[in-house]
Amino acid sequence: MRTAAAAAAIVAALALQTTLAGVVIRGTAAIDLVLIVVVYIALKSGPVAGLIGGTAAGLIQDALSNPILGIGGLAKTIVGFLSGVLATQFILNGPLPRLVLLVMATFLHAAIFMGLYVLLDLRQFPDPLPSVVGQALGNGFVGVVGFQLVEWLPGFIDRRRAGRFLKR
Amino acid sequence: MALADIRQRPGVLLGAAVLLHVVLISAQVNTASGLPVLQVVTFGSFAEVQRGTTAAFDSVRNLWSGYIALRHVNAENTALKHELQTLQVRLQEERALAQRTDSLRQLLELRERANLDTTAAEVIAAAASPEFRTVTIDKGTNEGLQTDMAVISPAGVVGRVILPSGRASKVQLLIDRNAAAGALIERTRVQGVVEGFGDGSLRLAYVPGTADVKSGDLVVTSGIDGIYPKGFVIGTIEQVERGASGYHQITVRPAVDFTRLEEVLIVRTPPASRDLPEGPR
Repeated sequence: MRTAAAAAAIVAALALQTTLAGVVIRGTAAIDLVLIVVVYIALKSGPVAGLIGGTAAGLIQDALSNPILGIGGLAKTIVGFLSGVLATQFILNGPLPRLVLLVMATFLHAAIFMGLYVLLDLRQFPDPLPSVVGQALGNGFVGVVGFQLVEWLPGFIDRRRAGRFLKR
Repeated sequence: MALADIRQRPGVLLGAAVLLHVVLISAQVNTASGLPVLQVVTFGSFAEVQRGTTAAFDSVRNLWSGYIALRHVNAENTALKHELQTLQVRLQEERALAQRTDSLRQLLELRERANLDTTAAEVIAAAASPEFRTVTIDKGTNEGLQTDMAVISPAGVVGRVILPSGRASKVQLLIDRNAAAGALIERTRVQGVVEGFGDGSLRLAYVPGTADVKSGDLVVTSGIDGIYPKGFVIGTIEQVERGASGYHQITVRPAVDFTRLEEVLIVRTPPASRDLPEGPR
């Protein structure tokens, strides 16, 4: 069930990401919803789940958009794994730690992704810092809000159901 | 069971995932020469294995012949080293002979200039203790040497004989802490006493603060001590400071390089009956 939910979240994120691909800021995607989902899976289920989720999500994302299959997958695999490791070592329930985690994850992902592209002489990223910083902040904000919503929503629905039941 | 086991080892899983990704990426990327990276890396890696295997095989195959060749080379090397050592020794002998000839020529010139009864001696040993600045020479009472005879060299004053034995003598160098000599500044004829300081330098003491003294002035023996003949060079003034006691504090750099003493002249004329030569030598 949990695996299914994770898979569904990845698919949803991918669908949303591809839909929002047209909504960009200065030609750069401001947020990476797939990365946010991978981090959330790692937060909730640990390093192995983060690793598998990252691999799957990254490879699908690569297949959909990137010229080389595996570069995004490798970046998300490592980010998912490390996020899971951090989640097992530290308490990351508050918004601020999660914001920090998402920012760090974005930077690491960008470093691996861009680094590999540059290393293999496939693409250049002149002055990548502003876009990475923007994406990190965007991911952080959307991720923190999204995490809170996901965690708050089931309880809210249950409470409403319980309220209706009591009214009857 | 196996899946659960892998979940217990996330590091292994990460390694496997990274490796798979690398292989996947390599399969798609071409090198600058247009060949797939995976192929190039695989070939390159295997070529290194092949290289290692070939090297090991060659080493084993050439071990015996290489050993014999090395033995031959070793013998040749030993013979050449021997020859080189012999030549180096011969070169040193020739060089020493040339230096000795030069040194003796200088001593001879000094003897003729000084017009004193002198005898040449060779320095055969230095002081056993670093606190005392003495040397041992190869002439003693058998050659007429006595205590307090002056020892000089072509460069200047060396010291005095303090302990003569039959075939050798101990010479106290002028730079010894207990050594002193009557001296004067050649330019102004101001007199003083040169004292050893123990550190290789000399001090010219008892020169009044009103006296005209400059750095670079030549200091020579005054002859008033009855040991050193008058007019022989002691050194040059290196530093002049006005002392609190009304005397100059003067540092003198010795003319003689005491670290390179090899041959010296001993003035055999007894101090009391010495006919002092005029003017600087």
